[in-house]
Amino acid sequence: MRGEDTTMKISSFFYTLWQGIKNIFRNKLFSLASVATISACLFLFGLFYSVLANFQHIVKTAEEGVCIVVFFDEDITDARIEEIGDMIKRRAEVSKVNFVSADEAWEGFKTEYLADYSDGFLENPLEDLSNYEVYLNDVSMQGALVTYLESVPGVMEVKRSELTALTLSNANKLIGYISIGIIAILLAVSIFLISNTVTIGITVRKEEISIMKYIGATDFFVRAPFVIEGIIIGLVGAAIPLAFIYFVYNRTLNFLKEQFSVLSSLLNFLTIEEIFKNLLPVSLAIGVGIGFLGSFITVRKHLRV
Amino acid sequence: MALPNRKKKLMEDDEVIVMENVSKSYQAGIPALSNVSLKIKKGEFVFVVGDSGSGKSTFIKLLLREIVPTEGNLYVLNYNLNKIKHRKIPKFRRNLGVVFQDFRLLKDRNVYENVAFAQRIIQVPGKQIRKNVPKVLATVGLAGKYKAKPGKLSGGEQQRVAIARALVNRPTVLLADEPTGNLDPNNSMEIMRLLEEINNAGTTVIMVTHNKDIVNAMQKRVITLRKGVIVSDHERGGYDDED
Repeated sequence: MRGEDTTMKISSFFYTLWQGIKNIFRNKLFSLASVATISACLFLFGLFYSVLANFQHIVKTAEEGVCIVVFFDEDITDARIEEIGDMIKRRAEVSKVNFVSADEAWEGFKTEYLADYSDGFLENPLEDLSNYEVYLNDVSMQGALVTYLESVPGVMEVKRSELTALTLSNANKLIGYISIGIIAILLAVSIFLISNTVTIGITVRKEEISIMKYIGATDFFVRAPFVIEGIIIGLVGAAIPLAFIYFVYNRTLNFLKEQFSVLSSLLNFLTIEEIFKNLLPVSLAIGVGIGFLGSFITVRKHLRV
Repeated sequence: MALPNRKKKLMEDDEVIVMENVSKSYQAGIPALSNVSLKIKKGEFVFVVGDSGSGKSTFIKLLLREIVPTEGNLYVLNYNLNKIKHRKIPKFRRNLGVVFQDFRLLKDRNVYENVAFAQRIIQVPGKQIRKNVPKVLATVGLAGKYKAKPGKLSGGEQQRVAIARALVNRPTVLLADEPTGNLDPNNSMEIMRLLEEINNAGTTVIMVTHNKDIVNAMQKRVITLRKGVIVSDHERGGYDDED
């Protein structure tokens, strides 16, 4: 039967699993080195991910606060204002639209700038300044939206904060590029180091592999314990930094909030659960992937006897 | 009625090894083996002798299908080793037992585990292993030392463990590559007695050696190689010295 050589009995599966675990303890130092390397890399990965995810979250929160204010012509009708509002709402880049009536605008202005000195005004000086506050999904789309709004009949003026929008948009892009670059470098370094460590481990056991092949072990049976060893090392190597980050994250946030209480309203951090939603599966997958790839490729090299 | 799917017969029933004009060259130059033809029958005890560079190692490697002939046909246990598929090599090797000069035991495992290892890797059930290993250790006279690590055993004892490991899967052919090369004369003779017992029990034994005393004492079939060529093949011979 064609699949005969690769099928594995249950007892053999457990034997292979057990051999994989034993391999780890037989070569404690190499295993420890592998675990430490993966842990170090995935700790850095977790650290960068946490920092970058928070940074992006903070930028995103700031972005959401940036709005465009749309003012109307003096003689505009309420129906036209409503029409313009519907048009704006239909735009994909728009997340939220608030209508601010002239009275609301005056109340807001009084509260913010005049306090008790507003009693002298008998009429609303902002009578013709009812407006729409338009919030965006993506701040980089601000320019295009403003151009569009300025061309809409009935719109007198569009106020925007170009500097904020540009800064946030560029910061967001920069963070994205930096994170991709750092993660790519760390992954390459991890794979290189794991491959080296596994190579040493396999070389130590080259004699054992050659005996197995002489006795009649299949390629699959020879590879399996080493691959399992690699996967376990990868899993442990990923679990250690995850546990460390889990316990240290909240403490670090509390420390930052205490030390920089002035900025606490600006610094809106993600919770550990939000961080772990992506970090946990990605780190485990990277750990297992590195362990699997490193051991699989290396064992393949030593199969020919 | 359809015929059962049986393997094509490549050699006679009583033959285990057939070499037909087999040559092996590693690089352009002098061949390691040249035009070798021989037949070895079931239950034979055969010495393959020759000095260094005579082609003995190449001979063993060919039988293990570690290498393939450059020319000629090689059949072992009804497998055509020129054409055997890679995935079928493990199954083929399970019919052979191999013993090396340097024992090749796993130093981190005890005697029992070293022998059981050979069964585990061909996926023999655990219950069967627990039955077979003590039996084969008793055959080689090491039943009392099953817990010892190889480092605590003498050279002779280590070679016995290696023989037990080679025998536990009940091979049809036992290949012994200089099995007494690292042993003193007494231990060497004990190992030879053990190999003879194994042969008497029906296993074909092929032993590569350059130990004249052993070859002369055993009076078995002797194939002499010189510079890759068979120079003599005697049914009950002695070590054929170069003139």
